[in-house]
Amino acid sequence: MSAVAVESAGLWRAALRSPAVLVGGMLSLAIVVLAAVSLVWTPYPIDGVAIGARFAPPSWTHWLGTDHFGRDLASMIMVGARTSIAVALVAVGVGVVLGVPLGLAAAAVRGSAIDEVIMRGNDLVFAFPALVIAILITAVFGPGAVNAIIAIGIFNIPVFARLARGAALSLWTREFVMAARLAGKGRALISVEHVLPNIANTLIVQATIQFSLGILADAGLAYVGLGAQPPIPSWGRMLAEAQTMIALAPHVAIVPGLAIVLTVLGLNLLGDGLRDLFDPRLRGVRR
Amino acid sequence: MPIRNLAGAMVAVCVMGLAVVAPAQAQRADITVGLVLEPPHLDPTAGAAAAIDEVVYANVFEGLTRFAPDGDIISGLADSWEISDDGLTYTFHLHDGVNFHDGTALTAEDVVFSIDRAQAEDSVNAQKALFADIAEVSALDDLTVEMTLSRPNGNLLFNLAWGDAVIVGPESADTNATDPVGTGPFRFVDWVQGDRVILERNDAYWGEPAQLEAATFRFISDPTAAFAAMMAEDVDVFPNFPAPETLSVLDADPRFEAVVGTTEGETILAMNNKRSPLDDVRVREAIAHAIDRQAIIDGAMFGYGTPIGTHFAPHHPAYVDLLDLSQYNPERSRALLAEAGVTGLRLSLALPPPTYARRGGEIVAAQLRAVGIEAEITNMEWAQWLEQVFGAGDFDLTIVSHTEPLDIGIYGREDYYFGYGDPEFQAIMSELDATTAPDARIALLGDAQRKIAEDYVNVYLFQLAQTGIKNAGIEGMWVNAPTQATDLTAVYWAR
Repeated sequence: MSAVAVESAGLWRAALRSPAVLVGGMLSLAIVVLAAVSLVWTPYPIDGVAIGARFAPPSWTHWLGTDHFGRDLASMIMVGARTSIAVALVAVGVGVVLGVPLGLAAAAVRGSAIDEVIMRGNDLVFAFPALVIAILITAVFGPGAVNAIIAIGIFNIPVFARLARGAALSLWTREFVMAARLAGKGRALISVEHVLPNIANTLIVQATIQFSLGILADAGLAYVGLGAQPPIPSWGRMLAEAQTMIALAPHVAIVPGLAIVLTVLGLNLLGDGLRDLFDPRLRGVRR
Repeated sequence: MPIRNLAGAMVAVCVMGLAVVAPAQAQRADITVGLVLEPPHLDPTAGAAAAIDEVVYANVFEGLTRFAPDGDIISGLADSWEISDDGLTYTFHLHDGVNFHDGTALTAEDVVFSIDRAQAEDSVNAQKALFADIAEVSALDDLTVEMTLSRPNGNLLFNLAWGDAVIVGPESADTNATDPVGTGPFRFVDWVQGDRVILERNDAYWGEPAQLEAATFRFISDPTAAFAAMMAEDVDVFPNFPAPETLSVLDADPRFEAVVGTTEGETILAMNNKRSPLDDVRVREAIAHAIDRQAIIDGAMFGYGTPIGTHFAPHHPAYVDLLDLSQYNPERSRALLAEAGVTGLRLSLALPPPTYARRGGEIVAAQLRAVGIEAEITNMEWAQWLEQVFGAGDFDLTIVSHTEPLDIGIYGREDYYFGYGDPEFQAIMSELDATTAPDARIALLGDAQRKIAEDYVNVYLFQLAQTGIKNAGIEGMWVNAPTQATDLTAVYWAR
């Protein structure tokens, strides 16, 4: 029986008592809901250019006002959330799907040549300044959401590989793993059946943090013009375009800026809260 | 003159490139000019980049004739000239006592050298067409040059005023790209690549000396950075400010004044006339009727710009108002598309970096979508645009501003990126080249404008405005831009 099942009983009650998890969870959920709703409905079409109605302040007709082309900002934020979440989600997915198996494999054969090759390869990727390489990738292969995903995803691989290896290493010396080995299970099977479930919590926390970093990286790439291309709205580009218009209509810059801040804040709070929940030392739960 | 008092100290300070705020009451004698694009090099006779002329034209280099601030052609290094009755021989009399910045004297031989060099087989001059009708150039004596044409060319004096036709010395011609040596009122001091070019006054100037002691050109392409530099007074004047939306904010500040004038920039939605279905004039007309020019001028340029109905500057006397041919009319647009049998049209729209293109492009895409044309936007860096769109003609639609003066002739070139080159149009242009009588020229220019408007070669959007911002104390800047230039000859600090 794995440790996860033992711990999960009191988890929900603990979560409801943690303000970080509550606030973070609600903010994150709100953004996800907005993005999901935008798939079927937005207050206005996002390509509705109406120069006469530009720079309208927030009102009942335009909840968050309109931008320099007269487009409805609330609609653009909703669709922009979709872009950001899609980019960050797939990028984290790339990191988890490729990074975790690499880390587990390295831990399973620790000290061997394979371990060295995997981890030094990770060090190599880690050594590059992530955002600069992301810019390089999009500059070479052209700007666009897909290339932004690849660029951000590549740098998630070593993060998850290292984390998985480190967490797995400490488990390989534990009794239940020893028992499994004595029972004749292979290293791959043990990694999947016994190690992975026990490092899942750590990975979930890290995924939440990486998700918020992914949203920031996507906004950063879009800000320098390398993210999703117009007319697909993206928060980073909305912010970049609004910059020189701050004096004319501050809300055009404040709205996407606030959207980024709230999303990243929500995800970070959620990540921190979850770590506290999952960490037995902080919960005082005896193993 | 109070400017003199500060002279010594100011030169020293400015050469070091430090921005210094002059004490109250005293006038400054240096200026920092902001430019959006950095020139690739500083030889105006070896490149098409407008940024080269924006630094050196009239400041460092001069030609036989030159553009006046109002666009007139006035005398430059040539004091006067005579034209033979058959229009084939021009005799130029050079100003006496002109020296290059390296101390060598300007003679008729330098003029012969410059024109021959520009015309030569291996010349890298970007505008060789300017010299096409010149058959021979010879020096009659030290100060007299005779130019013989192969056929009369009513545009010769205009052509010689271009930055590409400036006079250079044989001793310095090869190094002008990095160390420009001309005859102008300013001499070149230093070029910090990626940052600035520094000029200082040429005290041995042959004409009216410049009032400024020194000038620094700083290259700032980012609209936000340009706005910040202006607000911090790091830059004194920005002749073509990249963020038109902030003009009103800056103008409301008593420290600054907006200077809004005209340019020679016809901003067009260019169409690839060789590619199906854009080779069908009905499809091109449909696109023209789908575009609401005023929405683009208001939305992208914040109202700065004049609608045009053909590829011609509205402030030119020969301009013909042809806006009626392509009024905004989505109904007509849809009808024309149906007539041409085009449905579900998808076109690529390449957008270079300037504000008018990036912002205008989003509005154009929305307007095209309204009549059922899907325009897929690709934002391109300047170098990529020059290579792929302008060079290789690989595009459907693009937005760009053609800033050369009187450049309707590009429509006669079949190999030009939008691929028009209609024989009837070419006939009009060659007749124009051979015509010197002003009235006949204006009539022919009208025919040319009508021809390209009726063929809907491109969608003619608007004449780019010169949206400049300057420190309120500066006087003497050009208001309009009859050519690509930042002429500092007459600039001074009034307070």
